[in-house]
Amino acid sequence: MNPWNHDVAKDELDLVDVQVDGVWLKMPKGLNVVEVAHRSKKFIPHYCYHPKLSVVGNCRMCLFEMGTPKMNADRSPVLGQDGKPEIAWMPRPQIGCATGVTQGMGIRTDSPLVKDCRNGVMEFLLINHPLDCPICDQAGECKLQEYSVEYGTGTSRFVEEKVKKPKNVDLGERIVLDDERCILCSRCVRFSSEVMKDDVLGFVNRGSHSTLTAYPGKRFDNAYSLNTVDLCPVGALTSKDFRFQMRVWFLKETKSICTSCGTGCSTTIGSREGKVHRLTPRENEAVNSAWMCDYGRLNFHYLDSKDRLHRPLLKAVGEQFPGTWADAIHRAAEGLGKVKPEEIAVVASGRLTNEELFVLKRLVGELGVTRVDMVPHSGQADNFLRSGDGNPNGRGAELLGLSSGGRKFSSWGAEIVSGKIRALLVLGGEDVVAAGIPASALQKLDVLLFSGILGNETSRLAHVVLPSAATAEKTGSMVNVHGRLQRMTRAIAAPGEAREDWLILRDLREACTGGNSLHSVEDVWKAMATEVPQFAGLSWAKIGDLGIQLEAGSKAMATVAT
Amino acid sequence: MSTALEVGTENCAGPETGEITPALEKQATELISRYPVSARSAVMPLLHLWQETFGYVGPRGVEWIAQKLSLQEIQVLELVTFYPWFRQKPYGKFHFRVCRTLPCALGGAGKTFAALQKLMGLKPGTHEGAMVSADGRFSLEYSECLASCGTAPVVLCNDNFHEKVDDKKAAELVGGCS
Amino acid sequence: MASREHRLVFKNIDVRGYTRDIACYQKHGGYEVLKKGLAMGGGAIRDEVKKSQLRGRGGAGFPTGTKWSFIDPAKATKPIYLICNADESEPGTFKDRQIIHKDPHQLLEGMILSCFANGVKLAYLYIRCEFTEGWKIMEKALEEARAAGFLGKNILKTGYDLEIYVHRGAGAYICGEETGLIESLEGKRAYPRIKPPYFPAVLGLYMCPTIVNNVETLCNVKHIVEMGGEAYAKIGRPNNTGTRLLCVSGDVVKPGYYEFPVGALTLGQLINDVCGGIRNGNRLKAVIPGGSSAKVLKAGEVYKIKEKGSDGKMLEKEVGLEDLRLDFDTLAAAGSMAGSGGVIVMDHTRDMVECLANISAFYAHESCGQCTPCREGVLWLKKILGRIAEGHGREDDPALLKEVADKIAGRTICAFGEAAAWPVQSFISKFKAEFSARIARNGSASRHDTISLLH
Repeated sequence: MNPWNHDVAKDELDLVDVQVDGVWLKMPKGLNVVEVAHRSKKFIPHYCYHPKLSVVGNCRMCLFEMGTPKMNADRSPVLGQDGKPEIAWMPRPQIGCATGVTQGMGIRTDSPLVKDCRNGVMEFLLINHPLDCPICDQAGECKLQEYSVEYGTGTSRFVEEKVKKPKNVDLGERIVLDDERCILCSRCVRFSSEVMKDDVLGFVNRGSHSTLTAYPGKRFDNAYSLNTVDLCPVGALTSKDFRFQMRVWFLKETKSICTSCGTGCSTTIGSREGKVHRLTPRENEAVNSAWMCDYGRLNFHYLDSKDRLHRPLLKAVGEQFPGTWADAIHRAAEGLGKVKPEEIAVVASGRLTNEELFVLKRLVGELGVTRVDMVPHSGQADNFLRSGDGNPNGRGAELLGLSSGGRKFSSWGAEIVSGKIRALLVLGGEDVVAAGIPASALQKLDVLLFSGILGNETSRLAHVVLPSAATAEKTGSMVNVHGRLQRMTRAIAAPGEAREDWLILRDLREACTGGNSLHSVEDVWKAMATEVPQFAGLSWAKIGDLGIQLEAGSKAMATVAT
Repeated sequence: MSTALEVGTENCAGPETGEITPALEKQATELISRYPVSARSAVMPLLHLWQETFGYVGPRGVEWIAQKLSLQEIQVLELVTFYPWFRQKPYGKFHFRVCRTLPCALGGAGKTFAALQKLMGLKPGTHEGAMVSADGRFSLEYSECLASCGTAPVVLCNDNFHEKVDDKKAAELVGGCS
Repeated sequence: MASREHRLVFKNIDVRGYTRDIACYQKHGGYEVLKKGLAMGGGAIRDEVKKSQLRGRGGAGFPTGTKWSFIDPAKATKPIYLICNADESEPGTFKDRQIIHKDPHQLLEGMILSCFANGVKLAYLYIRCEFTEGWKIMEKALEEARAAGFLGKNILKTGYDLEIYVHRGAGAYICGEETGLIESLEGKRAYPRIKPPYFPAVLGLYMCPTIVNNVETLCNVKHIVEMGGEAYAKIGRPNNTGTRLLCVSGDVVKPGYYEFPVGALTLGQLINDVCGGIRNGNRLKAVIPGGSSAKVLKAGEVYKIKEKGSDGKMLEKEVGLEDLRLDFDTLAAAGSMAGSGGVIVMDHTRDMVECLANISAFYAHESCGQCTPCREGVLWLKKILGRIAEGHGREDDPALLKEVADKIAGRTICAFGEAAAWPVQSFISKFKAEFSARIARNGSASRHDTISLLH
């Protein structure tokens, strides 16, 4: 996915002796000094370096003091009393990002020379930088602020006029640019060019007047443009969506995954007091590296949409009225009880978690329902992260035997009309009207049950509406299109009386069949691990923050007759 | 050395709105052929060609060159603004560059510049970029070292190079511009 | 009396009746050395260049034989390129201009020999666009050389193919830096590359092994092939061999370009005997010996120079400014450099503050802007000096200037950082009193003086 991965050496097993701040360590040959420091639990500050972009060495912040082994006349190293090479320190500092370690290299990350270098770079970066902190979104996660405190002087001796550049430039659909804040690290330019293969950004003018820009009239509207906002070490590139919304130090960070398509990029949800303010990608080499697409990143505003379902609804005299959960569950179970199992169809959803689907599986198994399927959604595939499969957990539904990819679903419209199907349970907020079952058919049903987060045409026809929780509001796991099992963690509470689907299904199951063996997500997991071959031996903890790759190619055939 | 001035930019056809002739296309193709490994190397020769033909490089030039070399426009604009020789707006029919670096400064370049400025009827202002006279006949700017420090101060008028240009010679130069 | 000029490279320059067409060049023995070189073979030419101890004439003085030895034509898996750096832009330097405009075929012959020696099949001549006649002259010379069979396919029926094209710069001093030049040739902004890993010998033009040589250096190659490396090494001094094209400008009676064996002349002899001394009866005050990047030398200074005596032992001598021999090692020992050979002379009427302000403005304008210390620091230096020159200097400014310069030199991607910092460091250090006096005379602290508020 990335042309470079500087954080991984060519051969991780080819080790050399390296002295870092007086301590001899073994490090892979050729690994750059910034990464070597990181692995030695030292930190070399940097701006322009990024492990996934080409190395340009222009910020000069990662300058370190380098030493090489003293050599005898015959080119053998002079050994000290400890048997290790004696080091001759070079007066001229080197940049860590572009220096790969070799046998006997000495590295000082903390010497007076290094401190002076960093102090110098900080001073230089600040002399033309506008004093925007009070109004700049980057505050709190700004590398200029952080390194200034760590390595800078704290006072300014610049009394000249600063260089003026355009501020508040409408760079693209989703991005605002402030050229005065830009430190010209070129991360955004390199990202666009090397990762997106789209040379839309560049620098005009020269010297201290160099300015980041797109061509006049052209916009930076790439589908991955917002990654440059993550990359930008300062507040030069900001997201229009997040601009002025919330100070980052107020944000609670929760690890999750994106559910806008089948890729399931690892994300971090930034929320405060029950409201999500932004999503950012979380680094996961196996899925999305350090990136995510703009669409997925911004796709969270539905969480507080006015169409959000807050309370259970029950239909009476042709209208929907709010009711209690107890009543809603009771009515739903009652409705299902009035028809035969072969007259029930269940729309499982590729948006439900594995845990939710597992409870559903119990329910349909105990009821004896065979008509279970998923509604296919297509995504907008590109050559990068976005998948052609719009369902985040289509694979999970398949593994649990609850999906035929929409093949079965396609005949249900006719079967409803002919009276073969008299009850329909729609989960995951699916709008089956949009998926092809006309409203007139739905009106023929004896029982139409709906569980979802947003009201839609289907929900408005339902006899019972069960409001459910969205991705950011629940904990669970999903399997992405490449067979990777990943987990999401609840960041905020569901609004109103909405509940997580697995709780809804647990109660519905108990009301329908009496089965009540699953009391917690852990219970669900334990049961899943014994019944689903791909999940054998796995536990919630084992999934970890980055997920686990399931065995490719094998599918569990569920015990539910298909 | 003769003081008669030739209008340096040959075949300067005038504003960017002029015609892109088959001859121009042919010249462009020849220039590109000098860089068999990477056509992108031809950006600068094409910029020179465009400027010599139309007098400056505006959006039309940037887009024509970008399209020819399969580049994005920004990749051409980056160069137009990096290299001071290229200008984005028309300059005078006679464009003067006065070297201001140390040896020429020691030799009196400041006086030469002031003399030229007065002769051309240009108002004093900031000296970044060129000043253009109202009638479009003259433009004037400073340049950095032109590599003839021994005969300071030196001046380029279009493509003509002049040495030891004191204010007296400056008057001759300007007078000779027809 | 100083030794006479030794016009080797400048042999045909300003000679009455000498014209730059190939016929005239050949009448004077032109392209015979090419024939000799082709017969010798590339390896033999490289040996001669090594023996000659030729050092690059662009400014860095790096031994040419060593530079060439980083490339092995026999083992190369990628094409090898050669670029002639004709972007002469170092203030004070105007020697390459003479060769290009007056004896272009000498450059071509030297260039073709150098290409042959290094297995090069495609070469470029990067010429500054301000040489508005020069590039046309070179194009014409190339045409003539092609027509005569000295260039192109199967040169002189040896089976060697070589094509050379002229490439015009567009007004950026940083294109004189070899990796900046390469970036410019590739059609990009002239941002010098980080080394490691982008050493031109390994990852140069189009990421292939590349040799970048100065005009004068390439001309010297021709003469080395002609007379042999050993004979060439006898001119000049050990490790400082051959001749040097010197350019003198500023406050001398006879500014101009001269060619002397390296180290055959002292600075005093150059200024007083060759260039007629300081003009208008003034006295020498300061001299920059190697282009504006070189540290300034002050009249009356005495330097401690270590030298090998006749008995082979190293001894330390005290040498006055005017007795400094004009060679690479001596000028380096005096704390400056031979650089590009551009000698700028300033007399006692000159204000050092303004001289430095002028130089700093040059570097501020020419900084490419890629790396932090140079981009921000060099403009800062210009602004401070401009402020002092305009009469708003502050007492702390000289110290501040030195500190800023100290944080630039050695911390940048390329040597431009040093080039911008050294003048400031040396002027401030050697003319401290003048700066302080200027500030004391004119400077007044502004009401919002952030420095004095702290004390």
